Amino acid sequence: MYGNLVVRPDDIENWGKKVHEEDPEKLAEFEARIDRGEKIEPHDWMPFEYRRQLIRLIEQHAHSEIIGALPEGTWITRAPNFRRKLALMAKVQDEVGHAQLLYSAAETLGKSREAMINDLLSGKSKYSNIFNYPAKTWADTAIIAWLVDAGAIINQTTNSKGSYGPYVRALERICWEESFHLKYGYDSVVHLATGTPRQRATLQDALNRWWRPLMHFFGPPDQQSIHTEKLVRWKVKLATNDEMRQQFLDMYVPKIWELGLTIPDPFLHKDPDTGKWIYTDPDWEEFWRVINGNGPCNKERLAVRRFAEENGRWVRDALRPKNAHYVTPLA
Amino acid sequence: MNSLDPRIQRAEPRLSRITEVQLPPLDHWPTYEVFVQRTRGGHAQHVGSLHAPDPDLALILAKEQYARRSQCVSLWVVPTEAILWTSAEDEDLFHPATDKSYREPQGYLHTRERLEKYRDRLKPLS
Repeated sequence: MYGNLVVRPDDIENWGKKVHEEDPEKLAEFEARIDRGEKIEPHDWMPFEYRRQLIRLIEQHAHSEIIGALPEGTWITRAPNFRRKLALMAKVQDEVGHAQLLYSAAETLGKSREAMINDLLSGKSKYSNIFNYPAKTWADTAIIAWLVDAGAIINQTTNSKGSYGPYVRALERICWEESFHLKYGYDSVVHLATGTPRQRATLQDALNRWWRPLMHFFGPPDQQSIHTEKLVRWKVKLATNDEMRQQFLDMYVPKIWELGLTIPDPFLHKDPDTGKWIYTDPDWEEFWRVINGNGPCNKERLAVRRFAEENGRWVRDALRPKNAHYVTPLA
Repeated sequence: MNSLDPRIQRAEPRLSRITEVQLPPLDHWPTYEVFVQRTRGGHAQHVGSLHAPDPDLALILAKEQYARRSQCVSLWVVPTEAILWTSAEDEDLFHPATDKSYREPQGYLHTRERLEKYRDRLKPLS
């Protein structure tokens, strides 16, 4: 589960010099290969910035999967029945499995898994902002499994048309598994929506709390710049944040209304002339505040990851082979 | 830490005491490449890599990671460092330098034409 790559304003300022130092002949060959629709493989020549941005993108995606398992994992011990518990465990295991696939894909670009996890734990690397919000009730897990995964599928299907072979291959597998999550989530939501008045009220309350994080999910409107153009040209970024947000609204607002739920934005409507959804500004100040570490659960999420790494250390140490040396995984 | 998660409450105060973690290189073990044979009669195909301390655990983890839902009749794991490979960047290695049509079926497209051309000669001499 992951939102879109957010190109931050400070990145744009610090970026660019290296691009112009690349060997123009190799760069032209590289871009021609992408234009022909061919994939880039780990040992191919690639521009410094392509490698850097891809590591950042895939690493953030991996972190999002592993942190994203936490708000849902919270509810495994309190699932309402055995079948739901089994399904939730399977989903959480999938999310952790996706993190493994993605860390491996990022590793082929030359950054070790340990280095990525260190950067997650120190707060240097980011993960999807939405997982910094708490899952207060069982209905929250239903909304997460349906709508957060729906957003993730839109994003991941888009990214799976990208240019980097190992990432594309991981995403194909991930999208296939996410289709179960979406069905499971929708089933859980419909179960509550067709239940008692109290179940419906719990579901409505969960939707009210998750709507703004969902609107933040695809990231703020893109800054138009020569650098985002480069990422588009290199098929690292395949759709703007707004395009994906519109796609999400198009696909899911009618389904939410069909359940008789209210979306907590009285201004939300589709402009009949442009075919675009119009919505209340979802407070991007809050988005930046949370991404910079000050959301309701940022500290808890990282504390739990640190606890897991620290408590598993003795097992990893006991099993570690002597004389092991590191080789970058192949693909 | 005040959490909604009862497991986190139980892990306190140990949880909050851990304030910094730095994993050294190889903390998560070396990597293995994984191959899956999906059907009897099919080829084993490379599906990705994973981290494992030894070949036995690599197989167990590969089953969890790459065969927990999809069809699989056989799994292979190979230490990444045991694999010799050529780089995709050198794919021109595999482009024939000279005309090698003699080893391709397409090199034998005109056989029938020759037969048609000389058909008369094949008629029995009477």
